[in-house]
Amino acid sequence: METLWPRIEQLLPKVAKPARYIGGEQGAQAPEHGPDKVAWLLLYPDTYEIGLPNQGLQILYEILNERADAVAERAYAPWVDMEAAMRAAGVPLFSVEQHLPAEAFDVLAFNLSAELVYTNVVNLIDLAGLPLHSTERSADDALVVAGGHCAFNPEPLADFVDAFVLGDGEEVVGEMTETISAWRRSEGRDRDGLRRALAEIEGVYVPALYEPEYMDGRLMATRPRDAGVPAEVEKRTVRDLAEWPYPRRPLVPLTEVVHDRLNVEVFRGCTRGCRFCQAGMITRPVRERPAAQVREMVRSGLEWSGHDEVALTSLSSADFSGIEDTVRDIVNDPGHDGRVSVSLPSLRVDAFTVGTAAEIQKVRRTGLTFAPEGGTWRMRTIINKLITEEDLYGAVDAAFSQGWRRVKLYFLIGLPTERDEDVLGIAELGARCAEIGRRYQKSVTVVASVGGFVPKAHTPFQWYGMDTAAELERKVALLRAEAKRARGLTIRWHDPPASVAEGLASRGDRRMGAVIERVWRAGGTFQEWSERFDLSLWDQALAAEGLSFDEVCHRDRDEHEALPWDHISAGLHRDFLWGDWQDALASVAVEDCRWTPCYDCGACTGLGLEHVVASAVPPAGGSQGTGQDLAQGDRIPVQLVSRAS
Amino acid sequence: MPPEERRRLRLRFSKAGKIRFTSHRDVARMWERALRRSGLPVAYSQGFVPHPLISFGLALPTGCESDGEYLDVRLGPAPAGETPVAQIPAVLSALLPDGIEVQAAAFVAETEGSLQQEVASCTWELEVLSVPDGEMAERVERVLAAPVLTVRRERKGRPTDDDVRPAILALSTTGSRGHLQAELATRPLGVRPGDLMTGLGTDAVLGMARRTHQWIERDGARFEPLPRSGPGTGDGAQQDARRDPPHVRDRNQREPGGRQPSAGTTSREPTAGGRRGS
Repeated sequence: METLWPRIEQLLPKVAKPARYIGGEQGAQAPEHGPDKVAWLLLYPDTYEIGLPNQGLQILYEILNERADAVAERAYAPWVDMEAAMRAAGVPLFSVEQHLPAEAFDVLAFNLSAELVYTNVVNLIDLAGLPLHSTERSADDALVVAGGHCAFNPEPLADFVDAFVLGDGEEVVGEMTETISAWRRSEGRDRDGLRRALAEIEGVYVPALYEPEYMDGRLMATRPRDAGVPAEVEKRTVRDLAEWPYPRRPLVPLTEVVHDRLNVEVFRGCTRGCRFCQAGMITRPVRERPAAQVREMVRSGLEWSGHDEVALTSLSSADFSGIEDTVRDIVNDPGHDGRVSVSLPSLRVDAFTVGTAAEIQKVRRTGLTFAPEGGTWRMRTIINKLITEEDLYGAVDAAFSQGWRRVKLYFLIGLPTERDEDVLGIAELGARCAEIGRRYQKSVTVVASVGGFVPKAHTPFQWYGMDTAAELERKVALLRAEAKRARGLTIRWHDPPASVAEGLASRGDRRMGAVIERVWRAGGTFQEWSERFDLSLWDQALAAEGLSFDEVCHRDRDEHEALPWDHISAGLHRDFLWGDWQDALASVAVEDCRWTPCYDCGACTGLGLEHVVASAVPPAGGSQGTGQDLAQGDRIPVQLVSRAS
Repeated sequence: MPPEERRRLRLRFSKAGKIRFTSHRDVARMWERALRRSGLPVAYSQGFVPHPLISFGLALPTGCESDGEYLDVRLGPAPAGETPVAQIPAVLSALLPDGIEVQAAAFVAETEGSLQQEVASCTWELEVLSVPDGEMAERVERVLAAPVLTVRRERKGRPTDDDVRPAILALSTTGSRGHLQAELATRPLGVRPGDLMTGLGTDAVLGMARRTHQWIERDGARFEPLPRSGPGTGDGAQQDARRDPPHVRDRNQREPGGRQPSAGTTSREPTAGGRRGS
């Protein structure tokens, strides 16, 4: 198929940031398409600069292009100006590698990293020239696939997506390629046959084969349409990260993107058990990459990319076994000439971790970020983020005394059982941190960044009815008023209306598809961008579909109510999640199960696998089962119970 | 490293094709990464956040092509086995993205002014869309005859009206349909190719714009910060540039074979017509 480049080239002088659309990154491939190859278009439904660094997409890009039976190119959501120019000129969605139209591809595969991009997903399907709904597509139309964390409640996008991939994609994309190839060679191929063949792959959910049942406007169950498909679809888990040292040739963009650095994933999964954290629940068990492979990926990645910064990524990188040795080796590698900095996103909150950070970040000590998440110990016990005030103040003291000038603190508001004193506790913690900073430096900044909590699928808080936008607004106002009196403390907050819209997209059942479609038709793309977000579009769409925020977001569920994602399994036992929810309400905390007895959440036992951790002992320092005496932490002693039978 | 031990390497490169849609900042980042990968002993600033000592010449507007972009890189003392300067263009071109070709490299004296200070004017080839063929020459004459050419531009986020006429040193049609050649001053108030369209008429739309030369003027002579090809390599068209620029101590030969700049970039002297004040 012919490249659209000559036509795209005409549009670029008129749009902002034209480099978003040109491709040409180091590591970009120009694969040769052919009748014996399944062509994948990997899509990130947000702007190029947000989507390019996405590691999941880059991993699958390489894996597919290494196969003899597949090719993969990439596409990102064109910004509003470019979309208008494309529609006016009749230019469809295109790949950035060879600028081929979407119709040149057999599979459109979306990465779903955030829920507010759902209207962009619909928009891209439309820009690709495909029928919007799965049921309207014929055998000749491309297959629409989606994966990523948000796929664990697939129902809001079920109308538009032919197949969801749950969990790790490394193995599944190969199996899907083979299934599609075989189906193409088969006689009398029809779309339904392809759906059924895909549904046989472990980790693949085909929504058209399932039917939700409602009674009195409420979901009762989601069941298979016939006996051939499983009642519950299990996620896919890669057992050994060492077998997947990807990306080998990370994409180096030509233009500015977020996280413009080398990223090396050091482990997948997390068992700290923070109850609000969907990522920590759905990616279990913990699987570490061997330290030697981490070092090799860092070395070859830096040499390949020319970056001067490497991030060791995971959900809690300071917990990687032997993290100190690993970072020291990287920093002291003579080949790096002392000019490579290492960053550890998601730092643990303790002085020990700051010590490690100080050692590796000899230059550029601008800001450190910690995430206590809750303003009081009571709150942190309930969410199982067991950071004592001593942990936090020790970390902040260490940071300011060692030259950092800015500390950023992440908090959530709208958490279960939250009282105003918990919200005000955020200002108190922040003010104390600024005070500590002033002991060492004349001028310090402490930024408390506050997000509205959205209870997510497959977490212990999935039964909790989130705060209304008005209540979140009230809490933000309360906090801001309190923070005004504190010198050196700045409050930043996420727009509450956007949090409740995220609630709709995260918690909705299949009926949410019509709402998303209405918001899209009303022009509501890029809803995660504050300048584009418009709550009134969601309000009107909900009303038109006979739904409400109260019904979808703000209502507590009881133990027996059907949840829209009940037929999807992240490997976690429902009774584990419910038990953990009850423990939360009773202020009972649990330890990190990497180094304690098992709570039987189901993730390991379901796979016949244990956490893959190189170290038998927990890392020194820190809390949450890592050697600190929690009972000494604060006035309220935490109860640590093992729920292992 | 003491500043007196630093060496100043001047590089000339082209920018063409898809990559023309990247910005000046983007190109700066590409250079930083390529230089890190090259193993050249790039000098770093002292101070809290050391950064590589690279200074770029005039920014090229996003979307324009160029046959002559420049940067100066400070290098530390030469380690044993350092890449010979003649090979540097090939080494760096291989590390830079498609569309950026290094055309020349040479060490220059520290006493020279910076690229941004020294370059006084640039020659451009401009494609003008949607002006009828028969009218182009007349419109060019109109621009040259006008005492003032006011364009509305944005400076520091505010719309301002600037007279850019003094910066138009030369403007002429070329043999090629819809194409103009312009010589535009960089100071005191620079003029961008897009600004010229205002003078050519409301229907004039800028197509492809290519910067073909940047010029340093000194003692009545004019030369490029670094010529694309060395003496005796047969580029007869470029008279001024064949003079030995006074500041170039060492220069490489022609860029490596097979990576020639794209077609249509033959150097041509700007015409004298319309030049003011000379």
